[in-house]
Amino acid sequence: MLKSKHLLGLKDLTAEEIELILDTAVPMKEIIQRDIKKVPTLRGKLVVTLFYEPSTRTRTSFELAAKYMGADTASIATSTSSITKGESLRDTAETLAAMGTDAVIIRHSAAGSPLLLTRYIQASVINGGDGMHEHPTQALLDLFTIREKKGTIRGLKVAILGDILHSRVARSNIWGLTKLGAEVRVVGPPTLIPPGIEKLGVKVFYRVEDALQGVDVINVLRIQRERQKRGLFPSLREYALLYELTPERLRLAKPDALVLHPGPMNRGVEISPAVADSLQSAVREQVTNGVAVRMALLYLLIGGGTQQ
Amino acid sequence: MKILLRGGRVIDPAQNLEDVCDLLVVDGRVAALEKGIEADGETKVLDVEGCIVAPGFIDMHVHLREPGYEQKETIATGTRAAAAGGFTAVACMPNTQPVADCGAVIAYIRERVRQSGVVRVYPVGALSKGCKGEELAEIRDLVEAGAVAISDDGRPVMNGEVMRRALEYSRLFDIPVISHCEDLHLAADGVMHEGIMSTVLGLRGIPAAAEEVMVARDLILAGLTGGRLHLAHLSSAASVEMVRQAKERGLKVTAEVTPHHLCLTDEAVAGYDTSTKVNPPLRDEGHRAALAEGLAEGVIDVLATDHAPHAEEEKDVEYDLAPFGMVGLETAVPLVVTKLVKTGRLSWRRLVEVFSLQPARILKVPGGTLAVGSAADITVINPELEREVHVSRFYSQGKNSPFNGWRLQGWPVVTVVGGRLVMEEGKVLV
Ligand SMILES: [Zn+2]
Ligand SMILES: [Zn+2]
Repeated sequence: MLKSKHLLGLKDLTAEEIELILDTAVPMKEIIQRDIKKVPTLRGKLVVTLFYEPSTRTRTSFELAAKYMGADTASIATSTSSITKGESLRDTAETLAAMGTDAVIIRHSAAGSPLLLTRYIQASVINGGDGMHEHPTQALLDLFTIREKKGTIRGLKVAILGDILHSRVARSNIWGLTKLGAEVRVVGPPTLIPPGIEKLGVKVFYRVEDALQGVDVINVLRIQRERQKRGLFPSLREYALLYELTPERLRLAKPDALVLHPGPMNRGVEISPAVADSLQSAVREQVTNGVAVRMALLYLLIGGGTQQ
Repeated sequence: MKILLRGGRVIDPAQNLEDVCDLLVVDGRVAALEKGIEADGETKVLDVEGCIVAPGFIDMHVHLREPGYEQKETIATGTRAAAAGGFTAVACMPNTQPVADCGAVIAYIRERVRQSGVVRVYPVGALSKGCKGEELAEIRDLVEAGAVAISDDGRPVMNGEVMRRALEYSRLFDIPVISHCEDLHLAADGVMHEGIMSTVLGLRGIPAAAEEVMVARDLILAGLTGGRLHLAHLSSAASVEMVRQAKERGLKVTAEVTPHHLCLTDEAVAGYDTSTKVNPPLRDEGHRAALAEGLAEGVIDVLATDHAPHAEEEKDVEYDLAPFGMVGLETAVPLVVTKLVKTGRLSWRRLVEVFSLQPARILKVPGGTLAVGSAADITVINPELEREVHVSRFYSQGKNSPFNGWRLQGWPVVTVVGGRLVMEEGKVLV
């Protein structure tokens, strides 16, 4: 059982709860691989995606997960809703409540928005990524993928490479990985390492060559062009020269090291095409696992798997 | 009208007085201050045994919002909040709409205070035209109309040349220049203190350096010009250290700190409560402790609230989108009593100095003492009275306080302004 009916971040979950979600995702993945990918578990439930930032990937993944579980779905995106007309989150939440929503997946550029939403609505709230805070379902699918490939997470050395400062994926991964007993390293330019991150129990590296020595997993983060405009590094070219995951750098890791990327990839910037398409890359698998993990979550949160 | 405050413990640092005695007010002035004063039939007698009787508290940093932002606060509601909180006077910042950058706006504010104010209001004029930090405002005009200081509070003066000229030119009027120290480039679009908490919460950080580099610059310019520099709402340990050194060198510098920077740290941001979003931001325990020490030791001269009311719907939004500021007038005194005086970190005498004597001296306004013959501005505090904070009961229109629900001790129970009883037992009488 999960203690809360919301999933706001992995910081709030225990190791047991995380493992429960991962365990529940195993049979869900089997459902996806069937010819008829539909179970009636969540029939009659309404799942709404509320996206203040565009992300076809995450939204589609949640919608598929809901549909495979038999739920109805609706989506509200910035371009189509009244958000652009200045409707407040509170107003939107009240509308969603009136529609009889059972679960809301919110993606927002402002950290803390999912928590704010829980104050306005009875439905389960799932954080689909809030600012630089957390992206728990991405981390859950990363954990699922690692566990599937490596058998366990305990004792693994995992490097998270890139813009740690702005990355909610990095933060959720750090919480999840450390709770499950992995050794976490973060590596990136000093301007993209957030202050105090070592207090979360991770090792900080600036040189990618140092960080990748002997690791089992490398999670490569997407670099946003706007960070360069804000003067956090001089150019994408220089970034690639220093941090791009190339086959040579990959060879510093363990021979069977797994490469993850939350996508979409900037090939030739943070990851070289050769690595992205190599056998060590689990990028495609991550997409499938994302649906499975989200099915598991919806089941646990609105299918009767919480204490509340 | 006569008022007799009977049996209180009078603390008046200006007279080096700390003793139980009676205080008689006649025609707006302190008429007698001694033991065993008899009351005649027309005297209102207030039994204040067990209470602290102090010269009226002056909050030299508030935002009354009028004119222009009456949805946030008005002079009527803001001065009632002040009276309820035990303040007999406030200095109001010029970032109104229009900006108080000319005599006419100052005159308008003073007229509105005459019509609807409950406590004394000392307007602060803008340092630059439109608070844009480019050209000096007409400072003579402002002073003539009644401004007691100049400041571009809320809009830091980024141009060092403009700050230099303001400090230089203001010497002509012997008024303080109040500086909101913030390097806008370093603060960037941050919303909270930069540190482990901003990392965990995923909110953009404002490094302490954003304040410190401007404190350093302004202290250097104060040295260059001989102007009177007053540093608003210090938030950083290094700022306190720089002020200490500047005072040792004999610079004319004073500084203030807010109750919220003394009583909260960035951990209060954890629930994304937008009432914790203030500028400068709540910093970590090291900074907080250094500020408290600086206040107790006399490096920091003044407690001021930076009372910054906002309408409920403006704050009921995502943390990133909320405006900066919290209200402070109605919680300042019990907060500081509970967190600093009761814990032995600040003496009662020092509390009266930083809330009354020092602001009166810096702004060169009446008050700050209960000497016989001075204006009868009086604050009475019941040190034992314990009560819960209820924002819904605030006189201020602004309910943006993170202290809602806190149990605090040491509430103001009487406020007298110019001999007029304006607050009793927390209730504003006008
Ligand atoms: Zn300010
Ligand atoms: Zn202010």
